[in-house]
Amino acid sequence: MEQLSQTLERFGGVYLLPFALAVVAFIMIGAPSSWVTLTVAGLAMGMMVFLMASGLSLVFGLMDVLNFGHSAFVSFGAFVAASVLAALGGWLGSDSVILNALALILALLSAVAFGVVAGWFFESVIIKPVYKDHLRQILITMGALIVSEQVILAIWGGTPITVHRPQFLEGAFIFGDVSIEVYRVFAFVLGLAVFIGLHVLLNRTRIGLLIRAGVENREMVESLGFRIDRLFIGVFVLGSALAALGGAMWAGYVTLITPALGAEMMIVVFIVVIIGGLGSIQGTLLGAIIVGLTANYIGYLAPKLSLASNMLLMMAILMWRPNGLRPAVK
Amino acid sequence: MSLLKIENMKTDIGQYAVLHGVSFDVPEGGVFVLLGRNGAGKTTTLRSIMGLWTPSPGSVTFRGEDITGLHTAGIARKGIAYVPENMGIFGGLTVEENLILATETGSFDQARLKRIYELFPAIETFWTKQAWSLSGGQKQMLAVARAIIEPRALILIDEPTKGLAPSIVAAMAEAFREIAETTTILLVEQNFHFAKSLGRDMAVIEDGRVVHTGTMADFVADKALQERLLSLSA
Repeated sequence: MEQLSQTLERFGGVYLLPFALAVVAFIMIGAPSSWVTLTVAGLAMGMMVFLMASGLSLVFGLMDVLNFGHSAFVSFGAFVAASVLAALGGWLGSDSVILNALALILALLSAVAFGVVAGWFFESVIIKPVYKDHLRQILITMGALIVSEQVILAIWGGTPITVHRPQFLEGAFIFGDVSIEVYRVFAFVLGLAVFIGLHVLLNRTRIGLLIRAGVENREMVESLGFRIDRLFIGVFVLGSALAALGGAMWAGYVTLITPALGAEMMIVVFIVVIIGGLGSIQGTLLGAIIVGLTANYIGYLAPKLSLASNMLLMMAILMWRPNGLRPAVK
Repeated sequence: MSLLKIENMKTDIGQYAVLHGVSFDVPEGGVFVLLGRNGAGKTTTLRSIMGLWTPSPGSVTFRGEDITGLHTAGIARKGIAYVPENMGIFGGLTVEENLILATETGSFDQARLKRIYELFPAIETFWTKQAWSLSGGQKQMLAVARAIIEPRALILIDEPTKGLAPSIVAAMAEAFREIAETTTILLVEQNFHFAKSLGRDMAVIEDGRVVHTGTMADFVADKALQERLLSLSA
């Protein structure tokens, strides 16, 4: 294992993993057109999962808070966006790209705004009283996830809701016999833009510096004169907003959502955070892309294994790197 | 008037009472050394002063102001810096980032930075390196540099020589002497030779209580007292 790690580091380190995965899949799949379609689907899925997981990773790393309720923001983001899109159905079906785009922007902004308000409320009322107590964190945040699912049931009902995509994101780009869904490309680009934004925030600003330092050693940041609890509220709200955005994008991806969406995504989100390494945005992106690609490749090559693929992937990575691929703390 | 006054400080960690009523005064200027055997309560005393553990009851007065119960960040902003035993370096940040985090405005006072380069040349050499890649001695230099990158009235330093090579310890002693010309240092140290070369005043803590206070010169001269309190043979 040690030798494998050293060899890998020489050629680009863990960042090579998605490429290696894609190459292996290319050989096993055989058909280039199917491989391209699966790869784009995997990247798009990875980017959406990254949106959902990035905040959780920072919250985990910065305050050691186990928030099992994080995926409630994913659910609410999806349902809020679906409702806004449904209300703006006329704009969605319009031939005008501007009206299409406006509907989409309003839906995504509504989800984000909901994530901000709900995140602030969640942190102040549910998380704050259980700082430094993991058992109570797990119990109370799991409870909050169940309650949120019931709230969604009460508001939107139990029937699966169809999510309408804007007209301009329907269809696919066709290159020969390769078909790439427009929505998947959009999801990838949006995820990439958010990653770049987070990267700049964390590496080019003083707030980002504080977050990175806080992930490593909260006590020391406080000993330097900074209130980490106040910083944490900001990070929590940012994470909730991103999760809601991820949920909104996921709703458009699957086009049929149920109140159990949050609970379903929770496992994937936690797997991504754990294999990526706590508190690391690069690690979360890497983990999300690997999970997305693996899910799509395995779903095609060995459908019966697709449910177990993420768990097997996590086991393999943790056996190799117990702290994840790119943990924030060295 | 003393710079720091600690009165009847009692601190519990979980269900264990660690400090049983620590009292001592740190005068302004120079190095004040807190000595004691392993587990006597030295680190707990520093952490309690910084608010990382809350003393109850007891009081901590800094420059005449009661800072007991203040948040750690608030205590730091009063002008107290802390260099913990594990150095508290942010390994994933560069040397520059570690230092800039300790500045109030996010920019360096060039005169202070120049002084740090003179005290610890390694800081300049490894400026852009990630801190985890530094050696133990270099990390300790960075931890101390971070404490003096802004003007502070008091620096609490916990066992800075632990695990360091003799040459680094000598360099550290030289640096502390220079720092103590403008800033008061409260030093916790097991290395008595290092401590006596720096200390002006001192206290000995035993089982969570201060059992002796005085000048370092008097303590160094009293071999019997050293033997009794620290088991130091003549």
